[in-house]
Amino acid sequence: MRVAEKVTTAPSPQPGTGPVAGRSREGSLRRRALDWVPRLLGIAAILVVLEVCSRTGVLPRESFPPVSEIYGSLLGLVGDPGLWVEIGRTMRGWAVGLLLAAVLAVPLGMLLGASRRAFQMSRLVIEFLRPVPSVALIPLAVLVFGVGQDMKVFLVAFACFWPILFQSIYGVQDVDPVARDTARSYGLPPLARFARIILPSAAPYIATGLRISSAIALILALTAELVVGAPGLGRAIVVSQVSGSITQMYALILATGLLGWLLNTVFIAVERRLLRWHPSHREVAL
Amino acid sequence: MRTAPRVGNFLLQFLLPAALLLGYGVWSAQADSFYFPPLTEIGSTFAETWLFERVPVDLLPSVSRLAAGYGLAVVVGVTAGIALGLSRRARLTAEPVVEFLRALPAPALIPFALLLFGTGTNSKVFIIALGTVWPILLNTIDGVRGLESQQLDMARSYRIPSRSVLLHIILPAASPRIFAGMRTSLSIGIILMVISEMVASANGLGYFILQSQRGFEIPEMWTGIVVIGLLGFVLNWLFLRVEARVLFWHRGAKGLLGESAAAPTADAAPTADAAPTSAAALTADAPTPVAATADGRGPDTATTPNVPSTARSSRPVS
Repeated sequence: MRVAEKVTTAPSPQPGTGPVAGRSREGSLRRRALDWVPRLLGIAAILVVLEVCSRTGVLPRESFPPVSEIYGSLLGLVGDPGLWVEIGRTMRGWAVGLLLAAVLAVPLGMLLGASRRAFQMSRLVIEFLRPVPSVALIPLAVLVFGVGQDMKVFLVAFACFWPILFQSIYGVQDVDPVARDTARSYGLPPLARFARIILPSAAPYIATGLRISSAIALILALTAELVVGAPGLGRAIVVSQVSGSITQMYALILATGLLGWLLNTVFIAVERRLLRWHPSHREVAL
Repeated sequence: MRTAPRVGNFLLQFLLPAALLLGYGVWSAQADSFYFPPLTEIGSTFAETWLFERVPVDLLPSVSRLAAGYGLAVVVGVTAGIALGLSRRARLTAEPVVEFLRALPAPALIPFALLLFGTGTNSKVFIIALGTVWPILLNTIDGVRGLESQQLDMARSYRIPSRSVLLHIILPAASPRIFAGMRTSLSIGIILMVISEMVASANGLGYFILQSQRGFEIPEMWTGIVVIGLLGFVLNWLFLRVEARVLFWHRGAKGLLGESAAAPTADAAPTADAAPTSAAALTADAPTPVAATADGRGPDTATTPNVPSTARSSRPVS
């Protein structure tokens, strides 16, 4: 029940990447550059196919405007401050909710990870609450918080709380017992033990939890906007669909996807940089 | 031998849930809050609403949509994942598109789905399938890539027909990862099921809770939330059962390997439950001791989903 996300999102160590290590640096660089050829071809192919399908009427043009028009619309929107206002609203819900979840979940997770008794007492509650989909709480959140930013933040924070909590628990529980005992027998004060042993070994886990949660936060923020109508990108998508400007709807969906991709990329890059010393990040597997 | 503490531990688990329920029951009985009705009222409304009047009206459509969308995602994800896992070129070609679609929050596509399929069941199935396919696809790719190339070479040199290679070598080797992906997808699927039913829908659990809220039928809304929670819990539990059955060989092999190390911890909940199954995920290329300890947590598997990947990554080491 616990670590399912980790499987899909753990940084990169994949078995079967062993041989890469032996390859010469120059060769791997050239190879990496060559890898971009099929990638770009893939993008080009799908764009061309969509464009042709729409222009020739294989896909009904009114529901599937040509890709070029969608991109044109997106370019037009980029110059328009309105889009950035919507993105800002979505991102504010994302950031505040995520921050709130982290502030609550990291200390609690570390506490539960450190104390067996506390972990056992709360286990059933956590195991029961965790699979409960956060979206089930949308109606409650609307009642209590209204349809504005607070509701969005609550939903985001609730959904993000669990991955961060679990990762923090595992991170602390996974501290190498030898290191912990060594520190203790050398008489390191608790604070130093925490700062030098527990925090560093839990950090990669917490980082993974934050990365998972960042994607979840975006989903929840958009859901709050789409379903309930809180201001933001999600509502803008609905508005353009309802008002019949389909091209703009696609442009906004495209912008949302790019936003999600950007967030994920930034998170991975930051994680790599901050946790360079950790074994899981030492060798970039490709 | 140490039954007393074990019983104590067992009871300890129920202390907090019981206290919470009791606390809410006592508080809500006298609080007279509109949004948080008394526990007893929620209970009686639950019995009226869900035993079994609304089950065929709301629960069944929801579950069947989930099943259809999820089933579709499994079929597509595994098929495409095997194809992409085997061919590096195909993988690179598909990578940007997959990365983009994966990063795109599925709810953003609800308007698109409505445009494409109308407001009926199909649009919901589409959204569920679209949102749940990525973890399955990516895990299948990883699972197939993790296959030892010697096995494939061996199969080729023995001229084993490709169908058998697929069925007897590739699929079993990738199945622990496939299951890990399916598990992640299951919870995403439940979320998307609820969300998709909240927009332009005429029945379903999501529709029910949103309608109850809009009609200010607060106890009904709470029962809907409870039903969704129970559904998530039960499906998760069922999934674990199925996984344990299908991957029994995997667990069995692990159990033998880790027998000596694992036996003592099997019952001692704290250490066994604390098993850092994630250790292998994060430190697959770390020094041996880490992998070896992770491998020793065999019997704990019942509650730990990604043990499969743990096992695979640590097998070469041990």
